[in-house]
Amino acid sequence: MCGIIGLLLKDASLRPRLGELMVPMLIGMTERGPDSSGMAVFAEAVTSDRRKLSLYCAQPGFEWRALEGSWVGEFGEAQFEVNANHCIVTTTADVATAREWIAANHPHVHVLSAGRSIDLYKDIGLPAEVAARYRFQSLTGTHLVGHTRMATESAVTTENAHPYTAGEDWCLVHNGSLANPGSLRRRLEKLGERFESDCDTEGACRYLHWRLSSGETLEQAIEHAFSDFDGFFTFLMGTRDKLALVRDPFACKPAVVAETDEYVAIASEFRSLARLPGVKHASVFEPKPAEVYSWSV
Amino acid sequence: MVSVMAPAAQRVEFDLEQQSVRELNEFLHGDLSGVQEVLVKNPDGAHSIAVGLNAPVRVDIGGHAGYYAAGMNKFATVVVHGNAGPGVAENMMSGRVEVTGFASGGAGASAHGGLLVIRGDAGLRCGISLKGGDIVVGGEVGSFSAFMAQAGRMVICGDAGDGLGDSLYEAVIYVRGKVRSLGADARFEPMGERDHAAVRELLAAAGLSHPASEFKRIASGRTLYHWNADAKQTY
Repeated sequence: MCGIIGLLLKDASLRPRLGELMVPMLIGMTERGPDSSGMAVFAEAVTSDRRKLSLYCAQPGFEWRALEGSWVGEFGEAQFEVNANHCIVTTTADVATAREWIAANHPHVHVLSAGRSIDLYKDIGLPAEVAARYRFQSLTGTHLVGHTRMATESAVTTENAHPYTAGEDWCLVHNGSLANPGSLRRRLEKLGERFESDCDTEGACRYLHWRLSSGETLEQAIEHAFSDFDGFFTFLMGTRDKLALVRDPFACKPAVVAETDEYVAIASEFRSLARLPGVKHASVFEPKPAEVYSWSV
Repeated sequence: MVSVMAPAAQRVEFDLEQQSVRELNEFLHGDLSGVQEVLVKNPDGAHSIAVGLNAPVRVDIGGHAGYYAAGMNKFATVVVHGNAGPGVAENMMSGRVEVTGFASGGAGASAHGGLLVIRGDAGLRCGISLKGGDIVVGGEVGSFSAFMAQAGRMVICGDAGDGLGDSLYEAVIYVRGKVRSLGADARFEPMGERDHAAVRELLAAAGLSHPASEFKRIASGRTLYHWNADAKQTY
C-alpha cells in the first residue's frame, strides 16, 4: 500500500501557499504510507542556460560548503541551498557532466532530480516528520507530486522512496507493484539507462521517460506500458507544466480527483482532500481504469 | 463535541472532527433504545464509518465516506450524503444502505441481504460474490461487476463495463444501458413477467423511475457448474 497526492494550482494567487495546502494532504496519507515520503515541486523555470539539481547525502554533517567550493572550481558560479540533508544547486553546468563529476568525486551524494523547474525531496520517516524536516509548509510553486510509502518490493531507504525521476523535469509516483521490474530494468539498461535503486517503480519511471523521449505521446507510452508492465498501478506523473494520472485496467489501487476553478487535487483517498479550501463544492470524481488524465498549469 | 444526550433522545449527532470513528461505532454497537437517528458530521473520507450495525437505527453520514462504510450492516438504514470509498455495504446482511454520489470499487461485495442503492456510478467489481442482497445503481457500473455472484439481484440503470457477471451463479442482473462485454457463462435471457416485477419493485424501493421494459436480463448459462474436460481450460 502507498499513498499518492498531487496538486496543481490554476489560481496564481494561491501559488505562494502551495506547501501550506499540500501538507495536510500528505499527512492524510500517513496510514497508507508511514515509512517514507517524498515530494516533487515544480516552480517557475530557471533561465534556459541554467539547471537545478536536487542532491541528497545520507552522511550526517556532510560538508555541503566544501562541495560548493569544489563545484564552483569545476563549473563556475552556482547557488547552493542546503535544506537538512538535501541541497538544491542552481548551476550553469551541463547536467550529464555534473552527474558524472558527482559520481566520480562525491559517491555518497545522490542526484534526486534535474531540470529547470523541479525540486525534489524524499526521506524515510512519517510524512509529518519528513514535512517538518524539509519545511514543506513553506514550499511555493505551480504544482507538485507527492507520495507516502509502505514498502512491499524493496527496503525502506531514501533511494527507494518516491518520487522517481528520469531525464529532466519528469517524475513519477506509484501505488501498486510490478512483478517484472527485473526484465524492465535489463531492457532499459541495454538502452543506456542507469538505475539508482532496486525499487520496481524506478523501472516504470525510466520506461515511460524513455518512451516519451523517443517522441511518443503520454497516451502512446502508457498504451505500451499496459502490455509491458506486469502488475498493478496508479501512477501520478509530473512534468514542467503538467500533472498526469493513470490507473491500470483492473484499477486495484484507488484514486480520487477534486477540481475547482482554483485547483486540481489528486489523492489515493478523499480524506487527503478534505482540508482543501472549497472542496465541499469541488467536482469530485474517480478516474476510470486505463484512461490517461492530464491537467496543465 | 460529544453530544450524546439522555437515553430518551431521538436524534444524536457525532462530529468526526471532534470524535473518533471508534467512539461513533461503539455508540452504534451499544444500547440504542430510544435512538432513532444518528447524524455523522464531517466524515471527510474516514474509514469504517457505521460498520457492524445490528439495530433498526437510521444513520446519516453528512459527506464523503472512506473505505468500508456501513459494512456488515444488519437492520439499519445508512445514508451516505456524498461519495463512498471502496467496499461500501460489503457483506451487508439486511437493512438499507444508500449512497447519493458515486461508490468506489467492490460496492456491496458478498452482501447476503438488504438493499444497496447507489444514485451515481459504481466502480469496478460492484456486487462481486453477491450472496442474496439487492443492489440498484442509478448510473453505470465498472468492469467485473457481479463476478461469481451467487444469489440476489442487481439493477443497473446505466452502462456496464467489461466482464459483467463473469462466472455467475444464481444471481440475476438487469441492465438498462450498454454492456461492454459479458463475462464467462453470463448470457442475456428474455425478460419474463417476474423480471419486470422485480425491476419495478427494486426501482420503486430505490426511488428511481425507468420503464421496466428498458431493462435486459442477464443470468448464468450454468455451463461452468460442472467440470468439462473437453473445454481444455478455454471458456
